[in-house]
Formats: sequence, structure tokens, C-alpha cells
Amino acid sequence: MSTTWTAVGQIAIVVLVLAVAHRPLGDYLFRTLTSPRHLAVERLGYRVMRVDPDAEQRWSTYLLSVLGFSLASVLVLFGLGRLQDRLPLDLGMAPLDPAGAWNTAVSFVTNTNWQWYSGEAAAGHLFQMAGLAVQNFVSAAVGIAVLAALARGFARHGTDSRVGNFWADLVRVTVRVLLPLAFVAALALVAGGVIQNLGAHTEITTLAGGTQSALGGPVASQEAIKELGTNGGGFFNANSAHPFENPTPWTNALEVVLLLLLPFSLPRTFGRMVGDRRQGWAILAAMSTLWVAAVGLLTWAELAGPGLVPGTAGGAMEGKEVRFGEAASALFAASTTMTSTGAVNSMHDSLTAPGGGVALVGMLLGEVSPGGVGSGLYGMVVLIVVAVFLAGLMVGRTPEYLGKKIGRQEITLVALSVLTMPAVVLVGSAIAVSVPAGLAGQLQGGPHGLSEILYAFASAGNNNGSAFAGLTAGTPFYNTLLGLAMLVGRFVPIALVLALAGLLASQRKVPEGAGTLPTHTPLFVGLLVTVTLVVVGLTFVPVLSLGPVVESLS
Amino acid sequence: MSTTVLPKPPTAAPPAISPRQLSAALPGALRGLDPRRLRDSPVMFVVEVGAAFTTVLAILEPSAFAWSITVWLWLTVVFATLAESVAEGRGKAQAASLRATQRETTERKVVGADTTEVPSSSLRVGDVVVVVAGETIPGDGDVIEGVASVDESAITGESAPVIRESGGDRSAVTGGTVVLSDRIVVRITAPAGHTFVDRMIALVEGSERQKTPNEVALNVLLTTLTIVFLLAVVTLQPFAVYSGAPQTLVVLVALLVCLIPTTIGALLSAIGIAGMDRLVRRNVLAMSGRAVEAAGDVDVLLLDKTGTITLGNRQAADLLPAAGIAPEALADAAQLSSMADETPEGRSVLVLVKERFGLRERHDLAGAELVPFAARTRMSGVDLPGRRVRKGAAAAVTEWVRSTGGHASDDVAATVDAISASGGTPLVVAEQHADGPARVLGVIHLKDVVKDGMRERFDALRAMGIRTVMVTGDNPLTAKAIGDEAGVDDVLAEATPEDKLALIRREQEGGRLVAMAGDGTNDAPALAQADVGVAMNTGTSAAKEAGNMVDLDSNPTKLLEIVEIGKQLLITRGALTTFSVANDVAKYFAILPAMFVVAFPQLGVLNVMHLTSPQSAILSAVVFNALVIVALLPLALRGVRYTPASASALLRRNLLVYGLGGIIAPFLGIKLIDLLVTALGMS
Repeated sequence: MSTTWTAVGQIAIVVLVLAVAHRPLGDYLFRTLTSPRHLAVERLGYRVMRVDPDAEQRWSTYLLSVLGFSLASVLVLFGLGRLQDRLPLDLGMAPLDPAGAWNTAVSFVTNTNWQWYSGEAAAGHLFQMAGLAVQNFVSAAVGIAVLAALARGFARHGTDSRVGNFWADLVRVTVRVLLPLAFVAALALVAGGVIQNLGAHTEITTLAGGTQSALGGPVASQEAIKELGTNGGGFFNANSAHPFENPTPWTNALEVVLLLLLPFSLPRTFGRMVGDRRQGWAILAAMSTLWVAAVGLLTWAELAGPGLVPGTAGGAMEGKEVRFGEAASALFAASTTMTSTGAVNSMHDSLTAPGGGVALVGMLLGEVSPGGVGSGLYGMVVLIVVAVFLAGLMVGRTPEYLGKKIGRQEITLVALSVLTMPAVVLVGSAIAVSVPAGLAGQLQGGPHGLSEILYAFASAGNNNGSAFAGLTAGTPFYNTLLGLAMLVGRFVPIALVLALAGLLASQRKVPEGAGTLPTHTPLFVGLLVTVTLVVVGLTFVPVLSLGPVVESLS
Repeated sequence: MSTTVLPKPPTAAPPAISPRQLSAALPGALRGLDPRRLRDSPVMFVVEVGAAFTTVLAILEPSAFAWSITVWLWLTVVFATLAESVAEGRGKAQAASLRATQRETTERKVVGADTTEVPSSSLRVGDVVVVVAGETIPGDGDVIEGVASVDESAITGESAPVIRESGGDRSAVTGGTVVLSDRIVVRITAPAGHTFVDRMIALVEGSERQKTPNEVALNVLLTTLTIVFLLAVVTLQPFAVYSGAPQTLVVLVALLVCLIPTTIGALLSAIGIAGMDRLVRRNVLAMSGRAVEAAGDVDVLLLDKTGTITLGNRQAADLLPAAGIAPEALADAAQLSSMADETPEGRSVLVLVKERFGLRERHDLAGAELVPFAARTRMSGVDLPGRRVRKGAAAAVTEWVRSTGGHASDDVAATVDAISASGGTPLVVAEQHADGPARVLGVIHLKDVVKDGMRERFDALRAMGIRTVMVTGDNPLTAKAIGDEAGVDDVLAEATPEDKLALIRREQEGGRLVAMAGDGTNDAPALAQADVGVAMNTGTSAAKEAGNMVDLDSNPTKLLEIVEIGKQLLITRGALTTFSVANDVAKYFAILPAMFVVAFPQLGVLNVMHLTSPQSAILSAVVFNALVIVALLPLALRGVRYTPASASALLRRNLLVYGLGGIIAPFLGIKLIDLLVTALGMS
């Protein structure tokens, strides 16, 4: 029974910390996104970028700014990867091949952080710090910026669809929120034993008497933002299972808190931005329900799941770190897949069949519970609009959310957004299982092989970035296709959400009356959770039945 | 206008669908199979393409299974077009009787000082025609000369003739109605082909039906769901091939049709047509579906006091004798003085004394001389031998009493003031014996009588989030007293048409939707401004042009029913969409194990319904999917039950019935069909 209590204890600690922290942090984010003042360092930044931070942008300009900034980021990363052998601090690493450089550039710009390579074997320090680490910050900031624009769309009315200034949002979130938080978190991680240096390879003698070459590096600083920004790209291939990234159960718990911190704080920010905190609570409740369910299911699967090995060994330990154990691994796995982080402290390929299924479904629900920073919440708002549409019809009124009517244009944008991810995941996986280049990467065939491929596309299409391992994805085929999946999965919804924000901002406000369907009640939260499970989930039932379901029933 | 009490919906439960109706709708249903006509409904279009596809497959590789699936897929499409055809058919009979009014006739057109005979179809807007008793009015227009009684039963169904006269608010006449008496001169205001009857025909037939905004939005969502499931099924084959369990195309089409929201897709347009039909059954013509939907969204109802909230006229409510006068004496005098009073107020006095004091009609009035009400004296009464009785406005009667040398006591003055203060109208009764001084007997309290059940209705509206505002020309004091008694949320007193318009604009600026009813020309701007403007059929053509609905019964209380119908329309769509999507859960449990149980025997545990064989399972799901359309057709036509309640209560109920019900029902239905299929040896 002790393992169960450990599991419950760890979950309780994480929940407690989040419960205490999400309110002040959410309020702080609210002030950051709505304050009229600029810091001196921010002004300097605006002058360098030659932008007027007080100039309100229409949604289309806002979108062009997001896309322009992201395109520039992709080009810079692609260049750094291709030319890293000619730049300092390269540690003698070879340049990335074109498909690999493309994949990595897209991966980090889209906040996916899918890694087809081993960090310690392919990426030099400059590439890691000036390229990947920078994107860890700004790709997270982009997510929050888009969410802020959407919130302004709801909060404003009768404007000519102006939704804020992207550059101001980007800079403020980075300077006022992500940098200070990451700094503190990095210090805490160093205190917990995570390394932070610019060292090269060190020869060490192992307990067994052999020698091993261990790479040092600025790990703690990257680890902090890797979790905070729901990025997930590890300094090392083993990611948070590597002792230099995640040495102890304490750093493990801290990392879980860090990766959940911003996604669970943003509902508060959203509620305050739209002028109704109860809406924030309702979203938080829906997200928490799904997250708790996933953690519970995954923990159960790893501790007592079906199969001979867990039964006899008291848990499924294959692919897990002994210093964390099954429970902490399950908590981490559920949290990382439900937040689009994609960092791992165990190998998801080795999760039990139902456990792996939960991790997979966690991503396939569209990364909304709580999802990536910003992206999880705007994804959830899109689902709220769908739920409100159905509910509104059922109470006999034109559906409305936060005083904005959901008409043909709004539902079209929302519907296309809901459609994007399943299209990317299903089409991508279907291509992969149909062509030799796709099947070549499989470690094993059968249902598990299908799960691996589906997992890869679910991870890319949802900008999660975690890997099921098992699949050799570093081929030009996978690098290209998964890169495309990440790109479409990130920017098509962003474009649609910003268009929605513009449309809402130009609408007049409908006053709330007794006939208005309240969207902060337990009833609505229940409906929202059901819509998330049914509308998104139903799409994947057929293919899941051939992968994890068959495996689980074996 | 004969309605005084709230009419209950006369056809709350429309007749069930008869076999005759179905067979009559069949040709229309088959015409509906034309793919060009199905394009508007992407869901059913996909089903038809799927059905055509499996037909080809069944011909190429015939099997009982392939043919069974094919037949049921075609039936699914036919059921959908049949639903629409049945809904349309209900209006067809009414349209036919309306068409009968559009006969070619010869009309006397006024040209200068003369009239020439011209065929009715040659009349243009602005032409003036003469219509005499026995003739049919050739087109919509305004009476510019004369007064006549007109039989409008062809359009209203009301057999009692109505009066139409030049000037004022009763000048509009409708083409196709028949003049029963006298002679009127009519100026034509609508071109042939665009008359009221033409619009009615188009409306009841549904031929000009345009999709309403919410329907369009719902269609977008349904199309998206269709695309999502199309993707899921199309990509399933590569996964199935990979897993070593390739599926036949017939099975994949069957899966697709079961997953896409066919139930709501098939019934969507029938729901819309039936919603309009429900309005028509209540004698309301909506000029656009948009207005019907807007009715469901209304936040504020502007209701005229007179005729809507109160009975048309003030009525005697009480008799208050002066000091020292017996109540019976006052009653007797009140009755006498009202004998000559033909106004509704006067008649109400007779009713009151009969109820209270058992005073019946009198036959002892030999030599009595009735004094009718005159504007100059503001009194009515009767002169008996040796006795004169008068009744009238307090000031007028007091003046009369003084003129005879009598005086009114202070307590009468106090009573008069109290009645005025409460919003009522005091009528003072006095009598004079021989030539002595007259004396005041007491006061009759006239007051507005609020119709039965209004308070309950306003409470229900409030629960739905709709605010009611009573509009009246009365002074604020009177208005407030009646408003409080009726239970409205607000009153607009001493209202001019401009005040009404301003109030509507103010509410709309706050983002609220406003509905109102009106009949006069001076109501036209407000009717046009309101989101839902219901014009009374008795009203002017200006009002009828300005509003977006016309109530043929001219009953302003209809607004309440219109709001409920608007809401019911949306609820029915939402409920069936939820039901349709919820059905998918059970269908997965039927079809997925059936598809893959051969390759993966362990999936057999998902066959929770214990369906006989993979083929019977898939067929049963397809059959259920088709039959549920027919099963829900009556509900689509009737509309989901609607009781005014808060939004949360409505949502909870509908989620329980159509969400949870939608999950459970197909488990039972598919199992039942599977048993039948097995018994018939079709698997």
C-alpha cells in the first residue's frame, strides 16, 4: 500500500502548491498584460525592434506579427543548426542535415520541442543557448500573447477588431514573467542538484569500473524554462530521466509543479481580463477534472495495471527511473502529456498499455487540460464555444459566451480550429503506416507499432513533443512530415483564434440576463468536459481501438 | 377582434402523421433525392454519395450483406427527404385554399371621374378600384372612401365579418377577401404576385424558406463533424491494412454513415418548416425565419395595456354609497342611469348590479325617457315620472347637483379622490325627486380589469429572462397601479409613438432584443425598429409593412406564444443535435468490434450488446440509424416540449433527456434490431 500512499502524497503536494500559487501568479499575469506602463528595458527592446508598443493592432496585423516573428525564428534556428560547426562553442558537433534542421527549427518555434536527435550528441552549447533556449522563452510567450488577444476580443466591444499589440505582449511576458520565474526556478533546481556550467565532456569512472564520457552544460537554466514554458526539449536525450536534469524526487516534484504552473494560472488571468473571475474558475475546474482523471488512471495503470509483470513486481518498472518509482513517473507522464510539455522522466514506450493509452489520449484531447502555456487555454475556449453553441440551442437562445453571440462566422472559425488537429494527426499517421519510409522507423510492428506512430503524430500535431521512443524518427521522412504536422498544428489554430478574437472585439456586448445560460456552473463544466471527451475523443476511437485498446486487452 | 381572454394554443398537439400524409409526401421525397437539392445538407449529401457507392459495389460483388446495407443507406436518404416533404405537405392544403382566392376577375378601375372595366391582373400599384357588396377585393390596398363589412375568413379562418373604413387604423384590405355589404373605393398598394396572400402561400409551402442564422451556424458545425468523421473513416483503412484487418468498402461506408450526424442532418429542414407551420397554425405569419428565431432571443416585450394586459375597456368594480344611503338604493339608481348607456362601461354597471344585488332587467319603466350620454353634459341617465337619475364624471354630476340647489357631501369627494388616486375612474350617481334639490347617492368605481393569468405569464417570462414593459397613454399613477396588479416589470406611461420608438432604441443600444405588437400607422416606426414587430391584421397597411410578422387574429397577447415558438425551434435543433452525437458512442460499440474481432479476438469484449455476428452488428447499426429518423420525425414536427424555466433548468433537463437518452437509446435499439435481423436469418 505504501506506493499508493507515495503516489497520493506526491499528487497532493503538487496540487497544494498549485492551489496556493495560481491565484497570485494569475493576477500578476493579468497586470502584466493590461498595465499601461513600460519598463525601461522593454522600451529599449521596442526601440531596437522599431515598434510602437502602444499601437493597437487589428487581428490581422497581430497575426502577421506572430507569423513574421515565428518565420524569422525558424530561419535563425535553421541557420544555427546548419552552421553550428562554424560557430563558437560547437563542442565539435557536426551540422544538422537539412531535414533535421528544419524539424528542430519548427519544433522549438512551435513550442513542441520534439527532438529527433540526442541533445548531447548533436547540439552544441551555442545552438542550445542562443537558439533552443531562446525559443523556449519566446514560443511560450507567443502562446500567452495569442491568449491575451483572444481575451481582449471577449472583453472589448464595438471596436474595429483591435486586440492588442503583439510585440508588447511578447516582450512583457518574456521580461516580466518568464525570465524572473525561470531564474528563480533555475536556482531552485541548482540547489536540488541540477548542473549548470559550460563544461565539455568529462571522463568519469563508473561504479562498475568502466569509464563514461559525461557532458556538462547550462542545464538548470534550460531545465527551468523547459518546464515553465511547457516546452519539454531536454538538454540530454534522456530528458528529465537524466540525473543531471532531474536528480532527485524533489527536483522531480518541482519540475512537475513548474510545467503545470502557468497553464493552471492562466484561467485566473483570463477570468480577470474578461471581467468575470467565475469564468476563470469554471475553466480551471474543467481542466483540473481532466488532469486529475488522467493522473489517476495513469497511476493506477502503472501500479496495478493489467499484465503479468506489474502483477508480480508490484508495478511496471521497465523504462522508469528507480529514484522516482512508478507513481512519480505516472504523475510526470500524465502532466507532461496533458500540458503539451513533452518532457519525460520515464520512457513512455514502456508505460503499460492502458497507461500509454492515457498519455496518448491526453494529447489527442487537443492539449486543453490544462495544455500548453496560452495554447491550452485558447484551445479550451474554442471547445467552450462549441459547448456553448450546443447548450445555447438547448435553452432556446442564440448561443452566447461572455456577452458575445456565437453566429455563423464564429462557429465556422471554431469548427475549423477543432478540425485541424485531428486532420493533422490522422492523415499524418495514415501516411506513415502506408509507406515503407514510415514503417522503416518502427522498432516493432503490431498494435504497439501503430501506437508509436500515432503517438508521434499526436505529439507533433498537438505541439507536445514527447516521444513514445521506439520509433526512429530521425529520418528525412519523419523529420519533414512531423515538422509539417507541428507547423499546421500550431499556426492554423492560432490564425483562426486570432480571427475569432477580431470578430468578437468588433461585436457589441449582449447584456447578461436571467435567460442567459450561465457558463460558470458545475453543470456547464460537466458539459464542457463531456464535449471535450466526445467531440474530440470520438474522432480517434477507431484508430485507438487498433492500437492501445487492442494492446490493453491482450 | 373578438378575443378577450387568453386563447390557449388551439392546436397545441398537431395531428400525428397519418399514412395518407406519408404517401402524399412520397413523390416530393423522391424528387428530393436529386443530389442538387441535397447539396444544402452536406450530411445527407454524403449519405447519398455513400449509398450510390455501395450500390455499385453491391452490383460488382453481390452479397446479401452488401445489398442489405445498400438498401438501408438509400432508405436513410429517403427518410430524410420524406421528413422534409411531410413538413412541407402540411402547408400545402392551406396554400391550395389560399390560391383559390386568387381568381381572375373584372374590376372597375377609377380613371378620372369615370370607371372602366379591367381584368384584375392588370392592376398596378396606385390604381383605384371600386368594390361593392358580393365582390372580391382584387389586391392589397387601403380603403380611401366608404365603409364596408368584409369577410376575411379566407385568410384568417374567422367567419365573423370585420369592418373596413377609410382613414384611421382599419383602412387596410387584403386581396382575396370579400365585401359583404356597402361599397368601398380601394387604392392598390401591392403589385400582383407580391400580395399578402402570395406571401402567405410562399410561406406555408416553405418554397421561399431561407435558412435562419442559427440554422446556418448549426449546419457549419454539422458539416465540420461530417468532415472529421470522413477523415476518421478514410484514414481507418490504412490503419486497418497495417493491422492486417483490411475492411470492405461497404463496411467503411456503413461506419461513416453511422458516425456522421444523420439524425439531425435529416430532420434539420423539417424542424425549420414545422416551426413556421406552428406559427401559421396560430394564425401568425412571419415574413422571415430570422424574425422567428429573433423571437426566441427577445429580452424585452413591449405590451400595450389595452387589449393585451387588460380587457379592452374599463369595468365597474365596486359601488360606494354616500353617507346615509343604502347600497341597494345606489345600485338601483346605478342600474337606471345605465339603461341608456351603450358603452362597455355602462354595460359593466348592469352586470355588476346583477351580480351583487340580483337586479335584473327592468320592465317597470313605463314613461321613462332615456337620456343618452352626451359629450357636452358628460352624463347619461333616465327621466322617470317625478324622478331624474344621472350618472357621469364627478365634476359634471356635482355641477348638476349644485344647479338644482343640492350639494355633494365631503365623503363623496374623498371617495372620488381615492378612486382617482388608485388609478380608477369614479362615476358619480345622483338623483332628483320632483323639482327638489338633487342629492348624490354614491360612486361607481370603474377600473381596468387585468386579464386572467397575466401575472403567471409574466412570472414565466421573467424566469426565462424576458422583461415586460406595459405601454399606455394613462397617467403615471394609473399606469403604475395597473402595472403592479398585472405584474409587469416596468411601465411606460403617457406614451406617445415617439416615446415607444425611443424606448426601443434605448433597449437596443444596450444590446437587448425588443418585441412589440402594434396596429396603427403611428406604430409603424416602432414596429420597424423592433427586432420582432407583430402587426395586427386589423391594422393599417403601413403597420403591416413595417412589422416582420402579422397576427391574423389581431391578438397582441400572441407575442408570448411567438416567443415560445421561437425558443422551441432552437431547442428542438439543439436537442436533436445532442442526441445525434451521443448516439455515436453506442454505434462504436456495435461496429468497431465487428470490424476487427477477426484480426483481434480480444476486441470481442467490447461487443457489450452481444450482437450475433459482425455482419448483423453493422447492419443493425445502419438500420437503427435510418429508423431513428422516422422515429424522431413526429418530435421534429411537434417541437421539443418547452416549459418556461431558467436557462440552467432547461439545459439540465434537455441534457438528461437527449444527451443521456441519446447514449442509452441506441444500445437498446441496436440490440433489438439485431435480435430481429438474426430471427429473420438475414445475417
